[in-house]
Amino acid sequence: MSDTHAESVAFVRESVIPPAPPPARETGAVRWLRENLFATWFNAILTLVALYVLWVLLSGLVPWVVNGTWQGSSLAECREILQGNGGGCFSVLRERWPQLLFGFQYPDYLRWRPVLAFFLLFVAVPPALFIMFLPRWTLIVTAIYPFLAYWLIWGGTILTPLFAALGFLAGYLAFSIVERRGFVLGLAAGLLAAVAVWWFGGLLAGEFPRFARLEAVVSRAMGGFMLNLILGIVCVSLSLPFGILLALGRQSRLPVVKGFCVVFIEFVRGVPLITLLFVANVVLAFFLPPDANFDLILRVIIMITLFASAYIAEVIRGGLAALPKGQYEAADSLGLDYAQAMRLIILPQALKISIPGIVNVAVGLFKDTTLVSVISMFDLVGMIRGPILASTAWAGIYWELWAAACIMFFTVCYGISQYSQWLERQLHTDHR
Amino acid sequence: MKNSVLLGTLAFAGLAAAGASAATLDDVKARGSLNCGVNTGVPGFAAPDANGEWQGFDVSVCRAVAAAVLGDPEAVNFISTTGKTRFTALASGEVDLLARNTTWTFSRDTDLKFDFVGVNYYDGQGFIVPTALGVSSATELDGATICIQTGTTTELNLADYFRVNDMSYEPVPIETEAEARTQFLAGACDVYTTDRSALASVRVTYPSPDDYVILPEVISKEPLGPLVRHGDSEWGDIVRWTYFALVAAEQYGVTQDNVEEMAAEAGDNPEVNRLLGTEGELGAMIGLENSWAKDAIAAVGNYGEIFSRNIGEDSPVGLERGLNALYTEGGLQYAPPFR
Repeated sequence: MSDTHAESVAFVRESVIPPAPPPARETGAVRWLRENLFATWFNAILTLVALYVLWVLLSGLVPWVVNGTWQGSSLAECREILQGNGGGCFSVLRERWPQLLFGFQYPDYLRWRPVLAFFLLFVAVPPALFIMFLPRWTLIVTAIYPFLAYWLIWGGTILTPLFAALGFLAGYLAFSIVERRGFVLGLAAGLLAAVAVWWFGGLLAGEFPRFARLEAVVSRAMGGFMLNLILGIVCVSLSLPFGILLALGRQSRLPVVKGFCVVFIEFVRGVPLITLLFVANVVLAFFLPPDANFDLILRVIIMITLFASAYIAEVIRGGLAALPKGQYEAADSLGLDYAQAMRLIILPQALKISIPGIVNVAVGLFKDTTLVSVISMFDLVGMIRGPILASTAWAGIYWELWAAACIMFFTVCYGISQYSQWLERQLHTDHR
Repeated sequence: MKNSVLLGTLAFAGLAAAGASAATLDDVKARGSLNCGVNTGVPGFAAPDANGEWQGFDVSVCRAVAAAVLGDPEAVNFISTTGKTRFTALASGEVDLLARNTTWTFSRDTDLKFDFVGVNYYDGQGFIVPTALGVSSATELDGATICIQTGTTTELNLADYFRVNDMSYEPVPIETEAEARTQFLAGACDVYTTDRSALASVRVTYPSPDDYVILPEVISKEPLGPLVRHGDSEWGDIVRWTYFALVAAEQYGVTQDNVEEMAAEAGDNPEVNRLLGTEGELGAMIGLENSWAKDAIAAVGNYGEIFSRNIGEDSPVGLERGLNALYTEGGLQYAPPFR
């Protein structure tokens, strides 16, 4: 049978051709390059331009990092060591590292205290952020942390933060007892109890200033990245509850509450943060007695918190507006009162929607804390711009310091944004 | 009740603010420390060192006043102020004394209600050029491109100077010192102009300082000095005469090293005796100890020592005395008689 066409066909292959490798231009790296980088002549040009830009950047950056030196105690010595090989003078970071972290006034033998407070942060924050994996009682650690951290960083007698915490506790207890007879009455009772405890605590702390005392550090001594972290963490955590209240207030049916919230939010959003900081630093000084111990950091914290809470309020209002009206009606039809409806039905959903916006505000706020350098507080940027660049040893060194500042801020901000993305995935419970 | 509390607070604040301007000396003594406003950082004039100790030419004025008033040069709270916050800090009573390379001008002295107690540094605007440009005088700068900080008096001074000398120039506007450095070193402009003290201190940070030269012309007056609030002349006198004591000490050869020895007993020069308190009662006249000037000199040295230690030719900043030499040596530093 195979001979049928033997006469008419010149050649018949009798075996299967072994599979040949694909042509070189259609396989592996070459194919990837052709498809992704040189698909059309336009793409090819873009690729070449991009490669050139990369080359220019890296040819500056790589020697700067690789040839850089960590030796030498001044810019002149540094240049001596480098001999013009294009390396960076990273010794400024080595020599001024404690100042970049803590400012130049925090006593060096007390630096373990803010460091300890910083590491305790990693114990205190997880209960709040990862509550779904941890038992609820761990939240107590989070609640204690602010007072402990204050005691560690500022020092002084433990009575002050202790009674501050007790005041909150007493307020909460009074509130939960009286709340049954009315929400507003409960609030008033809570406030009264808290103020009473604080007043008593103030007397006691004045009477026994040496009780369980850590060496006190004045606020003016705070500086460096520590100051940025303090301001950022405190203001973000304070502005979240205030922002929620403002957002709810803006939706309230009570005209006075609504009016106040609208005016506050619109006013604060219409004023630059730097103006508020100037008010905190400069204008208030005219109204307060010269020896008033109304602390500068406290003033700045109040101003930044006001500013951030207005923004967060708007973000949360967006979340509230995005909820279908049926959710509100469902809450009403279940017979829940306003506080219950908000706490159990509306806010959990609204906050979930608002997470990206809240994180956006938080990251922006954290970076905005560098603005305090303009009112002569020595945060990370203030330290670099002021004392370090003005020292005769290091005047004229910019890239190394600013690169370090960028890396420090990037680390924190990237961490925050990664957390928020994780949280969004965790809370992704609907079926869209 | 809330109203009365609020009113009470306001009234108290008002009283206290009024009290702040009354007797600064008493406030300082009661507090036990001097609140001194300084710059956040200018090389040689005021900057904390690696140990966090404030050092510099202006800082020495603060320490001298603290030593004169309280007998302790360390009893100073340094309050750093920016160009924007410095005047409110002084006016509101946050600082007792502002020693922050501030130019003495008419409006600051009168309209802002401050008293400049003296001039501890006579500055002026100058030019820096690369030596390769081959220029030895500012009059040869016709047609040059000039880096200049926008919105400052230096910009106006420059325009005036070139108009008076009938020359043209091309300005390259810059915002900050850091930007000026980049632009000037990259050759974006032929000349960089700002105060000569600043030029000298940035020149030493250039990669090769010898390739740049500061031209001899000074085209503006920038008398920098410490200042206090209007309305407390006693305090103003203390700061003024503490400063004059430092200048007089240089004139009469009193130094940080020999001041104790010279103050131990009355010497041949009656003026020195009165200055150091071995003769007369000058201290009591301004409400201080009789050893006030001795304490100040022992703390920071005389004017010449302060100058050479912080910004003089032996220091990294490397400024010449120039106008800041004693009047006996052709400068402008002159202390009235201690009598």
